[in-house]
Amino acid sequence: MSGAASKAEWPLFEVFVRSKAGLDHKHCGSLHAADPQMAIQMARDVYTRRQEGTSVWVVRSDQITASDPGDKAAYFDPMEDKVYRHPTFYELPASLDHM
Amino acid sequence: MYTQAMDTMSKEDGGSPKAVRSADELAHQQRFDERIDAGEFIEAKDWMPDHYRKTLVRQISQHAHSEIVGMLPEGNWISRAPTLKRKAILLAKVQDEAGHGLYLYAAAETLGTSRDQLFDALHSGKAKYSSIFNYPTLIWADMGTIGWLVDGAAIMNQVPLCRCSYAPYARAMVRICREESFHQRQGFESLLTMMTKGTDAQKAMVQDAVDRWWWPSIMMFGPPDADSPNSEQSMRWGIKRISNDDLRQKFIDATVEQARLLGVTLPDPDLKWNEERQHWDHGAIDWQEFWQVVGGDGPCNRERLSARVKAWEDGAWVREAALAHAAKGEPLRRAA
Repeated sequence: MSGAASKAEWPLFEVFVRSKAGLDHKHCGSLHAADPQMAIQMARDVYTRRQEGTSVWVVRSDQITASDPGDKAAYFDPMEDKVYRHPTFYELPASLDHM
Repeated sequence: MYTQAMDTMSKEDGGSPKAVRSADELAHQQRFDERIDAGEFIEAKDWMPDHYRKTLVRQISQHAHSEIVGMLPEGNWISRAPTLKRKAILLAKVQDEAGHGLYLYAAAETLGTSRDQLFDALHSGKAKYSSIFNYPTLIWADMGTIGWLVDGAAIMNQVPLCRCSYAPYARAMVRICREESFHQRQGFESLLTMMTKGTDAQKAMVQDAVDRWWWPSIMMFGPPDADSPNSEQSMRWGIKRISNDDLRQKFIDATVEQARLLGVTLPDPDLKWNEERQHWDHGAIDWQEFWQVVGGDGPCNRERLSARVKAWEDGAWVREAALAHAAKGEPLRRAA
């Protein structure tokens, strides 16, 4: 993430944890590790000390491509006026209220 | 514990905000101020004023350093814990402190400072950590007292940081606060066990520990508001939510009753209930001692820093070997 990182610094990994079966993996933080195997082990110690997870993913931070926060408005705001994409847009008779 | 960072800032370089330069920057600044006023969270890649970034790097890294150095006084007692149960608890607590340090370093790194730079600042003595960890842990009762008073004060300070305007810091604090509540409870319970089931000598040791830790604990909230020149800006930015004096008062009000339950005396003869204020009044705090410890001249400053530097240097070959091993495995993994 930082250009200031020295060569000797272990690379940064992002950590994703599945808290229990049936749920999705959720980003929970990052850590430095020499390789992915070590990142998995350390993620267990750092992020799941209290049974917070049943599965862990790690990915090198420099492998993630993210949307630019500067483009936020252009990317996401056009959805604002498309209210017809939501079920609440449609008024139905009360007898059908649960459709 | 760790808002001390801001109070020491003005004494170092870059304590005051820079003048705004271009029209572009002015627009950014205005948008930023509006977001702060609206109570929005700021994320790592969002535009932020240099001084906001700098203040955060300093505060978050000092907080991280405090967690890491904070392992030393307690680590001192792991091998001498009185029972296997207490040993397991203390190990878990110290492991938590390591974890908290890591969450916080990661949050500080999102602001564009590398881990190695942060460590360099700690190891060279340029960066500070909480003054409390420069006091020695002389007896086992110090462990319970640290849990009760030091972690108690830390939690009081940290809970408002969960609403800090900088989101990566706020997220780290939510996790830390959730994990840390056991720290204070285990400390109180450990002391309560000694006070209810212990010998007279053991009870006297609990009182001795409380006598030594009380004043340093209430100093953890930092200097009085009048002497905390950076607080106002940090409040404005939503980095700090409650003033030093208000947090200290809150802590004292909560602790007086706990001390009574425990059967110990807090070493302040001027501690009196003020009916009008509906708060406890306390005696004068020795701020000279505080600044002396912050300035590097506390009972254990040199010992703590040298233990930390030694651990870092002794581990250098492990870090290098792990990287070399990873580099060797790289072509194999690609081929697979």
